[in-house]
Amino acid sequence: MQTPPAVVLHDVHKSFGLTKIIQGVSLAIPCGQRHAIIGPNGAGKTTLFNMISGLVPPSSGAIELNGRPIHNRAPHEINRMGLSRSFQTTSLFHRLSVFENVRCALLWSRGYRHSIWHPLWRQHELNGTAERLLDRLHLRGRRDIAAGLLSYAEQRALEIGITIAGGADVILLDEPTAGMNRNEADHAVALIRQVTEGKTLIMVEHDMNVVFDLADMVTVLVYGRIIASDVPGKVRADPQVQEAYLGSPVA
Amino acid sequence: MTTVVRWAGNIAGDPGIRSAARRYWPYVALLAFTIVLPWLFYDWSKARHAGFVVSLLSQMGLMIIFALSFNMQMGEAGLLSFGHAVYLGLGGYVTIHVINAVRLGQFWLPMELMPLVGGLSGLMFSIVFGYMVTKRHGTAYAMITLGLGELVTAAAVMFNGFFGGEGGITANRILKTSLLGLSYGPGIQVYYLILAWTVICVLAMLLLTQVPLGRMANACRDNFERAQFVGYDPRMVRFYQCALSGFFAGIAGALYAIDYEIVTFDAVSAILSGNALLMTFIGGVGVFWGPIVGAVLITLLQSWMSLISNAWLIYVAVLFIVMVIYAPGGVAGLFMAHVPIWRAGRLSALAVPYLRILPPALIGVAGFAGLVELTYFVTIGSGQGKTLNVFHLAINTSSPAPWLLASGLLALGTTIALSQRRAFTTVWDELAEHIRTKERG
Repeated sequence: MQTPPAVVLHDVHKSFGLTKIIQGVSLAIPCGQRHAIIGPNGAGKTTLFNMISGLVPPSSGAIELNGRPIHNRAPHEINRMGLSRSFQTTSLFHRLSVFENVRCALLWSRGYRHSIWHPLWRQHELNGTAERLLDRLHLRGRRDIAAGLLSYAEQRALEIGITIAGGADVILLDEPTAGMNRNEADHAVALIRQVTEGKTLIMVEHDMNVVFDLADMVTVLVYGRIIASDVPGKVRADPQVQEAYLGSPVA
Repeated sequence: MTTVVRWAGNIAGDPGIRSAARRYWPYVALLAFTIVLPWLFYDWSKARHAGFVVSLLSQMGLMIIFALSFNMQMGEAGLLSFGHAVYLGLGGYVTIHVINAVRLGQFWLPMELMPLVGGLSGLMFSIVFGYMVTKRHGTAYAMITLGLGELVTAAAVMFNGFFGGEGGITANRILKTSLLGLSYGPGIQVYYLILAWTVICVLAMLLLTQVPLGRMANACRDNFERAQFVGYDPRMVRFYQCALSGFFAGIAGALYAIDYEIVTFDAVSAILSGNALLMTFIGGVGVFWGPIVGAVLITLLQSWMSLISNAWLIYVAVLFIVMVIYAPGGVAGLFMAHVPIWRAGRLSALAVPYLRILPPALIGVAGFAGLVELTYFVTIGSGQGKTLNVFHLAINTSSPAPWLLASGLLALGTTIALSQRRAFTTVWDELAEHIRTKERG
């Protein structure tokens, strides 16, 4: 049997009141692909993310994760099925330490559930995993600082760390390099490339350098519709995309 | 004799035991202190315990459990409850019925395990009620718990069979079912029973802050949306945390029933729920031992201040308001703010600023207290034919002198204290900056 695509959207619609945000999006993203969704402000990229991750239900249509329907499921259920996401505005456990943030992100996937019988300081394997993840995020030196006190770029790195910690095989990143300078963005891209190795990556991104650097496929969303979905080179050359989104030809 | 000394010397020399001793001696000392504390007030001439002190200490113990269980919701899970006394009260009612049943010989249960009856019934009610109230968080949670508290209070007045109406349910705690052969007639025996259960509950609740459920309660408090995307249903985390906190509130309720030998609807009332909130906020929500300090302080204020001044409630209220505005972290928060400065060895830099701000602040407080007492005396006290005495001096409340003096002290103290505030915060901010750069470096 052939493996189903990681994420499939069938004619997905979303309206808030009379405002139609997503107007019939169909998309299949195969396993292991790095897929970027781009589009001008208000195109519905984040709404699309919120529907895939279960934060808001679609008005109509169906969404599948690894061949199983997820459009009626709660976010935590979808997460347990192997999909994890990050947020555009950094979303951390701000009063907990950096280490605790990473450890919290590991707990469910390591089967701890709501346990009251496992003192955390004695879970050596769990703690070791959390420490190693901190190393990969280059946050070891920040281990015991409250997450809310980190610098912006460090918070973004931790955001990615929390997203991938649970070992989900489908990762949704919402503008992972937003607000970063060139140098920080390069670091972030290297980090994303490293930690999503072998996983399916779907990302919303405004920085075209990041998109063309990282993505295998690019989907262009304009006013809730897909106007192009292809490899980066072809999307870049598509006159319709240039007109609708990029405004002028990309250098 | 020498072997014993050598043996003791060997134990003291063992590195593991030495490090444990160094780490835990403050707690052992604190425990020893609470054990001897009632004996410091023992009246040797009459060979009798000071009843007031013993009952005050007993009350502190059960209030510590109650406040900590409240903070399992408030501080740990970010859930503000206005109905936490429901679990204490219902645990108390069930316990007092069980005490009566044991007394009638319907079944056997040792007194030492009676708190478990309250705990398990608290747990049962917190599972039932908690399942409803934890559907929401934030303001809605506070509203629902307020409604729940009112509901149970109303039920307590309506259903006489279980709640005993206005008069409540009474019991005689002398059961002869003790595992230790104690009668639990004298208050001092009840104090040690409460102390033992307080130690057990404090340790258990401390442990519960260091397990996956406790940590995820913190995570849901900080960011429930994110908690969903690491696989947790915030609603279930709230539910389990709420259920466990009801268990400990129920233990406090059982100790309440044993200590007072009566449970009335006061035990489920909004006033007691508000007390938990008061103790926890004044002690400090952000630090585990904050509510312990708060419970001790507020119980002292309520019992001891009420003997000194009839207007004591005003002082508690003002203290609460001032703390919430100027020290939202409570007493524990204030203390913890000094720890990094102390570690950096710079605490002495604060001595002068404190000396410049505290005396005028105290003068202001004295002026305020004077005004409160004068007003209270004129409106209520004089009608009872009393005279106002301060330091054994009779004060003539109809002359302007005491009023002017009190107002003057209040105005002078506050003005000087406020003028010193800027200098204080400047020094404080410098120290904080100094420590921050040191940490970075």
